[in-house]
Amino acid sequence: MIPLNVNARAVTVEAAPDTPLLWVLREHLGLTGTKYGCGVAACGACTVHLDGEAVRSCAIAVGDVGGRAVTTIEGLPGGAEHPLVRAWVAVQTPQCGYCQTGQIMQAATLLARSPRPSREEILDHMQGNLCRCATYNQVVDAIQHAAREA
Amino acid sequence: MSTGTTLTRRGVLAGGLAFTFAFTAGESATAQPGTGALNAYVAIAPDGTITIQAPVPEMGQGTNTALPLIVAEELDADWTKVRIETAPVRAAYDSPIFRSQFVVASLSVRGYWMPLRMAGAQARRVLLDAVAARWGVPVEQLSTEPSTVLHAASGRRMSYGEVARFARAPATLPEITPAALKPISAFRLIGRDVARFDVPAKALGQTMFAMDVRLPGMLHATVARSPRLGARPLSHNGAALLQRPGITHVLPLDQGVAILGERVEAVLAARRALSVQWSPGEGATHDSEAALASYLQDVRDATKPGVQVLRSGEPEQALAGAARVHSAEFTTDYVYHGQMEPLTCVASVTEAGAEIWAGTQWPSLVRDEAARILGIPAERVTVHMLTMGGGFGRRAAIDYAVEAVHVARAVGRPVKVMATREDDVANAHVRPMTAHRIEVGLDAAGRITAWRHRLASDLVVPQLYGRARLEAQRGVDHIVTYHANVAHYDVPATLTQHLYREHGVRTAPWRGIGAGPNAFAVEAVVDDLARQSQTDPLAYRLALLRDARARAVVEAVGAMADWNRPRSGTHLGIGFAKLGLPQLGEALAATVAEVTVDATAGTLRVLRLWCAADVGLVVQPRNAMRQIESSLLWGVSSALTERLTIRDGAVQQGNFTDYEMLRAPETPEVQLRLVGGGEVPLPVAELGLGTVAPAISNAVLAATGKRLAALPFTPDRVRAALAG
Repeated sequence: MIPLNVNARAVTVEAAPDTPLLWVLREHLGLTGTKYGCGVAACGACTVHLDGEAVRSCAIAVGDVGGRAVTTIEGLPGGAEHPLVRAWVAVQTPQCGYCQTGQIMQAATLLARSPRPSREEILDHMQGNLCRCATYNQVVDAIQHAAREA
Repeated sequence: MSTGTTLTRRGVLAGGLAFTFAFTAGESATAQPGTGALNAYVAIAPDGTITIQAPVPEMGQGTNTALPLIVAEELDADWTKVRIETAPVRAAYDSPIFRSQFVVASLSVRGYWMPLRMAGAQARRVLLDAVAARWGVPVEQLSTEPSTVLHAASGRRMSYGEVARFARAPATLPEITPAALKPISAFRLIGRDVARFDVPAKALGQTMFAMDVRLPGMLHATVARSPRLGARPLSHNGAALLQRPGITHVLPLDQGVAILGERVEAVLAARRALSVQWSPGEGATHDSEAALASYLQDVRDATKPGVQVLRSGEPEQALAGAARVHSAEFTTDYVYHGQMEPLTCVASVTEAGAEIWAGTQWPSLVRDEAARILGIPAERVTVHMLTMGGGFGRRAAIDYAVEAVHVARAVGRPVKVMATREDDVANAHVRPMTAHRIEVGLDAAGRITAWRHRLASDLVVPQLYGRARLEAQRGVDHIVTYHANVAHYDVPATLTQHLYREHGVRTAPWRGIGAGPNAFAVEAVVDDLARQSQTDPLAYRLALLRDARARAVVEAVGAMADWNRPRSGTHLGIGFAKLGLPQLGEALAATVAEVTVDATAGTLRVLRLWCAADVGLVVQPRNAMRQIESSLLWGVSSALTERLTIRDGAVQQGNFTDYEMLRAPETPEVQLRLVGGGEVPLPVAELGLGTVAPAISNAVLAATGKRLAALPFTPDRVRAALAG
């Protein structure tokens, strides 16, 4: 049994310690907003926060998480009212939508340290998050929208 | 449920694809009292909530909003009261173009345009007839405002919700003819942006993709797919893997080996430990580099006529008599779809039938194939059309759904069959690589007298539609040869020939299909000719374009890009492309790319794209522009980095680490303008793609005088071309 702190809730899961955090979140805890895209930390669809830092949950063994706070899209403060979620809706960013939760989790850590990011700063920060529909310009617009609204 | 409204289609596909629809008496969809159903598409509840069925699945293209909006327009619905359901898989929801629920070729809005208008108008008519009977007035005296019926003479009004309390669809639904539809000038919804219904759930991670389906008792599975068509598993180490905790089954399939277990992580670990010996299958020695060289030999060998795809005038005669012949060759490599959700399907097979949860572009075929495999009537197969984590043509093939049905039947439990990304790449259904040779005859004054385009590639049609379809088309693979012509340019004699070889490579439609490679070759040659005649490339196109719509997009993009303004350190190139079928209407686009060239590193950077597009009548302007932008950026991605190679019959790439797609930092700024208009919506979602590679190559030509003729423009190729 592995104890975890997920979305401000203490849980225990029965998983081998080398199980990627991604599958623990999705399959053991039913938090399917975090997506599997590549399994090798190359696409960013599985991005979650560990103690507020964006990480690829496919590349972190659940046994290595320890007491750090895990935050998934389901635990983003405010839910639909979170500034980034509101901005994603206002800008209408999604095409297929599969990567967008990872994009939002990645974006959140940028706004935490750079309240008015430039286009270049945003594109650089989002480098590890693939969007095959190529909504990158709308990701920029949405992050800047959220920055303005915040 | 009864079968609902029947669309009778006269002259569809036959008779020159003329769209003449009439909504006629089908069985009423309201056999069950209290459902509020007025026909197959519309149901209205007493509280005024209007439920509209979206007939095709969503993969990001926005049809789950745009198609119901067309119904709502003719129904005169209050859009704030509309909720949308994804339709079941049933003939009532077939596209008249494909006679199937099938999402390809950017034809959903085009295909459903008239049926959905008819459906909305018919539902409105049912409401009006009910009110006319209740008030004892002629139906002609009634009119509507959004979700309200009016009788102007008496000033009476009744909301749709109130009408729904007593209105019942008659056993024979009223027939609607096109004359009963709204004039375009009266549209309240079409042409004005609304928020897409799918966006909030996507931003919150609440959208149900096939990957997210969980059923009681469900097993997880993944399949090691044979490396090429026809290769079968001869032996494997599955017996050892079955000893692992949590692994329940190892099943040899026709062209793969499935591993099943209670937990996905155990299945994935076992997959890494699985080894399979395969029979050779087709193309066991296929080597993409060698094959591309053979394609070039084919297009050069004039003794090989190939399949004639298009012909006008007397091209051979004109070429033989030309004062000068310009010829050029181009190649494109295999490309992979890279949809973000690895292919996944959930299936459950019981005595009662089969239930399938899939993100698929062709739900009707999934249903029919499942029925055929299981030997049961199609009515006993339920297909849930889930949102796709990207489609782009890959999900027009249904291999992964077929496998899920086989596996679920074999184990008698619900199963989720999920590809690893590595297996998704290894089982790529590629856009065929291509070689092109274009020969242009010119007279003494430099005018074009003939244009011959010889194209060599693998085939897509036999794998998507079956070999009989290819034969019925006299060998013409319309997917690979899409837009391999210069129909909009003033060329008196043209010939397109396709030389194909089959290598056992799995192929599928890929966004824009043949239009991408073909427009690359055609538009590069147009720039070559402009350069030879010392004419500005944009002016040269305007001089050569007959079609007023085509001229308008070229002129518009020139203005947007400020084409004639000198730049310092950056270079402009232009590309023009069309998308669609002549019988249904073609969308047009022209794009200017602003590019920097680092000759030492061999790297190109696309800073900006301007695109002017004519997509006919626009249902949702913002979404249409987003679709075009996405297709433009696919153009950038496939021009700069995307390359899949095959050696010894197997894909050489393994993941997004070595199959490189566009990432955020390389994204150009995009400016778009919709120009033109019309009476019907034209294809949108693939339109920009074909314009980009030629625009980039033409910008490099303008900068250096050297032609980049092989897609993608990788640094080694750029360095070689610039040194040549």
